[in-house]
Amino acid sequence: MAFFLHGVHTPHRKNTADQPAARMTEVKTVTIPMSMHIGAPASPIVKVGDTVQVGTKIADSVGRVSLPIHASVSGKVTKISNILLSNGSTVPAITIESDGEMTPLSSVCAPTVNTREDLIQAIHDSGVVGLGGAGFPTHVKFNIDPQRLEELIINGAECEPYITSDSFTMVERADDMEYALRTLQQHFSIKRIIIGVESNKKKAIASMQAMADRMDGVEVKVLPSVYPQGGEKVLVYHTTKKVIPTGKLPIDVGCIVCNCTTVAAIGNYLKTGMPLVKKCVTVDGGSVSRPQNVIVPIGTSVSDVFDFCGGFTSEPYKVLYGGPMMGVSVPNLSAPILKNTNAVLALSEKEARLPKTTACIRCGACTNACPFGLAPAQIMRAYNKKDTDMLKKLSVDTCMLCGCCSFTCPAHLPLVQTNALSKQLLRDEKAKEEAKNG
Amino acid sequence: MDNMLHVSSSPHIHSGKTTQSIMRDVLIALLPATVAGTVIFGWRSLLVVAVCVASCILLEALFNLITKKEQTVGDLSAAVTGLLLGLNLPVNIPIWQCVIGCIFAILLVKCLFGGIGNNLVNPAITARVFMLVSFGSMAVQATPTIVDTVSGATPLVEIANGNSPSLTDLFLGTTGGAIGETCALALLIGFAYLLIRRVITWHIPVSFVGSVFLLSFFMEGFDFSAALSLILSGGLLIGAIFMATDYVTSPSTSAGKLIFGLGAGLLTFVIRYFSVYPEGVSFAILFMNILNPYIEKLTARKIFGGPRA
Repeated sequence: MAFFLHGVHTPHRKNTADQPAARMTEVKTVTIPMSMHIGAPASPIVKVGDTVQVGTKIADSVGRVSLPIHASVSGKVTKISNILLSNGSTVPAITIESDGEMTPLSSVCAPTVNTREDLIQAIHDSGVVGLGGAGFPTHVKFNIDPQRLEELIINGAECEPYITSDSFTMVERADDMEYALRTLQQHFSIKRIIIGVESNKKKAIASMQAMADRMDGVEVKVLPSVYPQGGEKVLVYHTTKKVIPTGKLPIDVGCIVCNCTTVAAIGNYLKTGMPLVKKCVTVDGGSVSRPQNVIVPIGTSVSDVFDFCGGFTSEPYKVLYGGPMMGVSVPNLSAPILKNTNAVLALSEKEARLPKTTACIRCGACTNACPFGLAPAQIMRAYNKKDTDMLKKLSVDTCMLCGCCSFTCPAHLPLVQTNALSKQLLRDEKAKEEAKNG
Repeated sequence: MDNMLHVSSSPHIHSGKTTQSIMRDVLIALLPATVAGTVIFGWRSLLVVAVCVASCILLEALFNLITKKEQTVGDLSAAVTGLLLGLNLPVNIPIWQCVIGCIFAILLVKCLFGGIGNNLVNPAITARVFMLVSFGSMAVQATPTIVDTVSGATPLVEIANGNSPSLTDLFLGTTGGAIGETCALALLIGFAYLLIRRVITWHIPVSFVGSVFLLSFFMEGFDFSAALSLILSGGLLIGAIFMATDYVTSPSTSAGKLIFGLGAGLLTFVIRYFSVYPEGVSFAILFMNILNPYIEKLTARKIFGGPRA
């Protein structure tokens, strides 16, 4: 069945695309939360007073969907206590005071990968999560019957405004990506590897094309720069023409989607044995003195990162983790950079002020903007009546919360926000029914 | 600095296109027709239009005040209704009738149904139809003051009588008719502006006018210029461009818009040729307004991935 997936033309604002990334090495302290992935939080294996190096495992994974966590600086563990994350959850975090040396752990060495199981274990040990923002442990995605995997899709769309950290990866870390992809090709019978990149990233396209030319079974697919090109289902459809049914995963249609920076992080671990301890983060927004990409030790506080970029030129109105379409706004600057943080933005009032909410004029702009053809205005009316049957009929579960509807609504109604509430309402109802039926 | 940041759920940016900016664009797009109407029919045109705009704004403001609702006149939709209604009236209409029309449009059709977004039919169109069947003055169309014509009849009546005005007169609007409906040139400039500003799409106006053209072309024995005269006459252009494209009362998908336009075109044609009324645009749009919810349902977009199995 053919679809035309809509979307919206957001402003690009890729101000940091053409600058080299700066490296942030002088960090006094880092605070590393035990939950930077979807799944069970890791359990600390160090105690206050312990000495650690860059790459020392400081927490172990718990259960199947979980990940180990590693020190991002060398120094001393000074505190293990609960902190509040940007998503509102409270999790334990390990604070390390840096000795300023950034000494790498001497025992770090490339893992031995002879079998597929070795490879999956290695991906687990690298501590890599979906670095596009989702934070799903990557090894879990690959823990499948290898026959099922037909297409591996590398997400280089980077459709959110401002963010250029994936572009940085594709331009500067093609070697790491190539290493990971070659290893994956060895151990999985992947038919095609497709790298999807939006047309506004000329350098990334050139770099990825050069890599594809060096390899077999790898192709670059240049995609229109329409938000949300990087949405998983959108990307799968635009690269393979496969439709992922609502409630299913890419693997159900024979695909795995991996963000390009995730692939590079895996490649780096396979090559060197150094787990994921630093992250390239786009620092931008109208209030930032020197917008740029910065390679940051994980756990560095957001305020240190902004200070590194020369502080603020004006009082920020909103500070975001991630892009302006799906990012999370935080109340203060004390939170740390996480594994899956791809940008921190300090938006000025001019950039972030939103129009006031008025009445729905039934213009249909929300439906026309929705990549999946949902009717957010109708969903809102159904939610206001708590009509769960109607919500199911309107297929609100198909919503990926991309925000096109709210971005485009002339009445500035909280449409995507209501979709999120509606999805939660259906989850609650399902949980209640399951509890009733024992 | 702590706890001083604004926090809200994503998205954190907006397209900038608001109800107010859309309505402002429609007002701007109607300016050429207003100017043309004033030039063609004289200064009283401005008075009629001004009374309609002012009455609509005032009535909506009063209604909100009395019913203790949030003030909505700032969204400019009442001004658009007033301007559209004014442009659809003949220049010599008594002022009190204008006010009655505005009361009908704003209070009955719009406010009592819940205000902007909740009206089932287009307020300006419905008020025009109401006035057409209520006031004799609506039928006596004005004569352009800038040219010498003997007849006060509209081109459609004249065409029916066998003395069709020239295509140039029709294009420039120097014929009889309502203030804003005669000048095709001014209306097309407004159409272009709305397209460029992406306020409307081409679907409804083109399918509406196109279907009237084709059907007339056929009925007139494949006479191209006769068919062209017919689409330039009466309220077709102002209706197809400005009234049939009202968001609230027209479909939101491209397919729905095409059906809406074709339906309105067919009805206009049928009324023009086979009813006692010389003009059918307003009736056609009003009728399609009523069908709109069904068209919407029929042409709803397919959901990608479908509802959860």
